[in-house]
Amino acid sequence: MNKIMLYMPLVLFAVLAAFFFYALEVRKERPSDELVSALIDQPFPVFQSDSLSGEPLEISDLVNGQVTLVNVWASWCPSCVYEHPFLAGLADEGVRIVGLNYKDTSTNANDWLDRFGDFYEFHIFDPSGRLGLDLGVYGAPETYLLDAEGIIRHKRVGVVDERVWRQIEPLYQDLVAEAGTDES
Amino acid sequence: MKVKTLIFMIFTSILLIASKSNAVVELEPLSTELLQKRYSSLIEELRCPKCQNQNLAGSDSMIAQDLRREVRIMLEAGRSDREIKDFLVARYGDFVLYNPPMSGITLWVWVAPVLLLGLGVGVAVLVIRNATANIDDEEVIDEDRPGAEL
Repeated sequence: MNKIMLYMPLVLFAVLAAFFFYALEVRKERPSDELVSALIDQPFPVFQSDSLSGEPLEISDLVNGQVTLVNVWASWCPSCVYEHPFLAGLADEGVRIVGLNYKDTSTNANDWLDRFGDFYEFHIFDPSGRLGLDLGVYGAPETYLLDAEGIIRHKRVGVVDERVWRQIEPLYQDLVAEAGTDES
Repeated sequence: MKVKTLIFMIFTSILLIASKSNAVVELEPLSTELLQKRYSSLIEELRCPKCQNQNLAGSDSMIAQDLRREVRIMLEAGRSDREIKDFLVARYGDFVLYNPPMSGITLWVWVAPVLLLGLGVGVAVLVIRNATANIDDEEVIDEDRPGAEL
């Protein structure tokens, strides 16, 4: 009995060390300031907004049976410029990307697109941030992965670059495969 | 020299106190005093999703401004505190509550201290019991020691 008690501190130390190692090293990939979205596995909120080019949009324009990335961006967001070329590459590879222009003005947003290029299928224009609020957006850039039925399957806060995409891509491919088998 | 150090310390602590008052100044009060009170206590209790160690009252970030505006609108529309919190939790998760519900993983926050306290008390009892047992043994030995009467 005494022998066991003697080793108790060592056991406690090992447990704590393992816990801290997990928290500091294993979870490093996910920054600690990133919240798990409350909307995972929930449908994309129903909305009625205009597109950046002024056409009326609704949920059926977004959810059309294709796996989709919804990228929240704004002209005031420096990191959006940084991730722009990588997203353009994804769009070239055939990934459907829809923009959600968040708390911006249409002039600034259109100037930004003229300058950096517009590969998005269309942009939902959300100057007040009201749709962003329904989505749980708290900054830009954020990127949401929607399955073919418009269910939010993943949320990424911050830049999507090659490293991040490597984490998301397996899920994306699964969803694409799923959507393919449903059709046939 | 000592007086100087003391004065320096007092002044630095005053500076620290001053930097604590970081509440955001609202321009327009709500329509009734009661709503204003509920608003103040709600934004104290709700956490800003962007700046995680601040509440909505203390943060000037864009999302905190938006959420404060949303809370005002809902209060003026006659929604209850419960409904307002549910609205925000549905979008930002339990995270937005500085006072999260006692369920799931957060339950550990309440249970763990009690468990650890129990463990500590258990260890302490065992240690004390062993120590007193040893003292008893020593006393027996002491009595037999020559010159113990002195």
